[in-house]
Amino acid sequence: MSNEKIQAELEKYEATVAKAVAKFPERPNLPEKRLYTPLDVKGPEAYVDELSFPGEYPFTRGVQPTMYRGRLWTMRMYAGFSTAKASNERYRYLIANGGTGLSCAFDLPTQIGYDSDDPISEGEVGKVGVAIDSLADMEVLFDQIDLGKVSTSMTINAPASVLLAMYIAVGEEQGVPASELKGTIQNDILKEYAARGTYIFPPKPSMRLITNIFQYCSQNVPKWNTISISGYHIREAGSTASQEIAFTISDGIAYVNAAIKAGMDVDAFAGRLSFFWNAHNNVLEEVAKFRASRRVWAKVMKERFHAQKAKSMMLRVHTQTAGSMLTAQQPNNNIIRVALQTAAAVMGGTQSLHTNSRDEALALPTQESVTIALRTQQIVAYESGLADVIDPLAGSYYVEAMTDRIEKEAWEYINKIDELGGAVEAIEKGYIQKEIQDSAYKWQMDVESGARTIVGVNKFTVEEEPPKGLLKVDASVGVEQCKKLADLKAGKPINKMTKGRDNAAVKAALDELEAACKDENENLMPHILKAVKTYATLGEICNVMRGVFGLYEAHVSL
Amino acid sequence: MDKRIKVLVAKPGLDGHDRGAKVVARALRDAGFEVVYTGLRQTPEQIAEAAMQEDVDVVAMSLLSGAHPHLFPKVVELVRGKGMKDALIIGGGVIPETDIPALKEAGVAEVFTPGTPTTKVVDYIKANVK
Repeated sequence: MSNEKIQAELEKYEATVAKAVAKFPERPNLPEKRLYTPLDVKGPEAYVDELSFPGEYPFTRGVQPTMYRGRLWTMRMYAGFSTAKASNERYRYLIANGGTGLSCAFDLPTQIGYDSDDPISEGEVGKVGVAIDSLADMEVLFDQIDLGKVSTSMTINAPASVLLAMYIAVGEEQGVPASELKGTIQNDILKEYAARGTYIFPPKPSMRLITNIFQYCSQNVPKWNTISISGYHIREAGSTASQEIAFTISDGIAYVNAAIKAGMDVDAFAGRLSFFWNAHNNVLEEVAKFRASRRVWAKVMKERFHAQKAKSMMLRVHTQTAGSMLTAQQPNNNIIRVALQTAAAVMGGTQSLHTNSRDEALALPTQESVTIALRTQQIVAYESGLADVIDPLAGSYYVEAMTDRIEKEAWEYINKIDELGGAVEAIEKGYIQKEIQDSAYKWQMDVESGARTIVGVNKFTVEEEPPKGLLKVDASVGVEQCKKLADLKAGKPINKMTKGRDNAAVKAALDELEAACKDENENLMPHILKAVKTYATLGEICNVMRGVFGLYEAHVSL
Repeated sequence: MDKRIKVLVAKPGLDGHDRGAKVVARALRDAGFEVVYTGLRQTPEQIAEAAMQEDVDVVAMSLLSGAHPHLFPKVVELVRGKGMKDALIIGGGVIPETDIPALKEAGVAEVFTPGTPTTKVVDYIKANVK
């Protein structure tokens, strides 16, 4: 059928329904059109350039040729709380129940490079994740877990180098060489400045640490994903779907630029870059977002950075369902939200997925809630049919039009950030933060005006009893952790150590690290690894770096 | 004419989640209050000092990390210690219902949990500022 004929029929249809729909009150925040047709998408002549085949540039339809027909995504549940021992038990439970990868949540002192006994850590130890003070805790965290078999993702950014070094050291103790270790460190400082808040050092030394890791891993830990460039937290902070991928890809551009400036060949590191998306409530928009993001990144890597290897152009992505969309009201409804978000991530072609638990607007999840969240992935994988064919929504007029729309909006933001001098400058000027805040405020005002419905919050509400049986992290965790740390620092053996740490060796390693920090041409990873192996604590190592690098001063704006 | 109500929106502790704090801060500003936002990672001492320096009527704390049982009472104690007997101190964030009685006992006047409309916070402040 010719476009003219479709156009004519469409006009007839519009004339018929225009009057009919005028009777219905318009719901706000809807797509521009009520119906999408072949007129909204490019024809078959654009297919190979814009969509192509799975595993083929520009990877719109997925990064692997086989996608879930070869292997399902990794079901990677983010977990960690209290002590290393308690978290180790949760990890082993998840593996026993069909979890196929680990994902470590660290407490805030760990994420910001403070020991549990630092006054600033008071009240925070073991709360949002597990407390790791030294290699001794890391040994307990992975006790009876074969690092040669499992892949481990660690949500750690400013001190990512230190936690990676600890992981390498545990691997060595287990007899697994660094070259065999598989996993990911988040290591994405730019979104910490813009949206997540666990920064330590200013941008320049932070970017150096990141490129040091790229370099070190390309030679020593080749199967490791050296960064997870994260849109997740940008979305959680309130951005739109287009802003999520645009700001994140701009961050990615900044990292690639930094590594090239440090003398690396783009194809030597780009294949180990990975991404992290949010799976939000609007199922079809999310699917379009995943597809658009792959296309944008592929074009960036090919056209801007002249990458040669296909792997360097592939946007491989981990996904988490949207925590900020969980409601404290009628928490069981969250099970349904998470199921829909899971469907979006799977139809979007994610490589791995964490599903949130129903009770996370209230507290850390209980084991029962976590099990439901994992089962949700398994039901989508094995029962729903959504994983049966590759990129099942390709060719949907609506989804293709939305993929194009999100791509266009993303390029507009990326170009704007380029004009500001790149992501680092855009963050330092507060531009990205302001854009996110504006979107967050609009969302909240839409919820309060009723322009956006959240079931159980501003519609279909009920009086409820406060939920029972929430997980609580005991304050004694902090006391216990501090006691262990005091013993370690005093040179007493802890856990399975046969002898205590040698404080002279610790000091020598820290002095050596300090000298290396001052020499910009030195890669810090070997020095950090050496310090970690003496059982120098995370706080001791980060204090050395704080001394040389200074602290980041955040841009505060409203 | 009454003096404009002045509010310090504060992020105690190490928590980096500031979407809620910023949305509330902006809603309070749009409601006609004068608003100062501390930014992230403030110690209770820094918050109390800022409250005094800025001579605020209200200290509104936001925390999603679970450290509220320790940090909220500490801020109350230090703010009161600065002689600010009448300052209205409120909190919000991911706070289980079961923790709220102890926080109120410690002097946190009201606790707002997820899903609260910003208008409710505005109305509460208007009704309770001395």
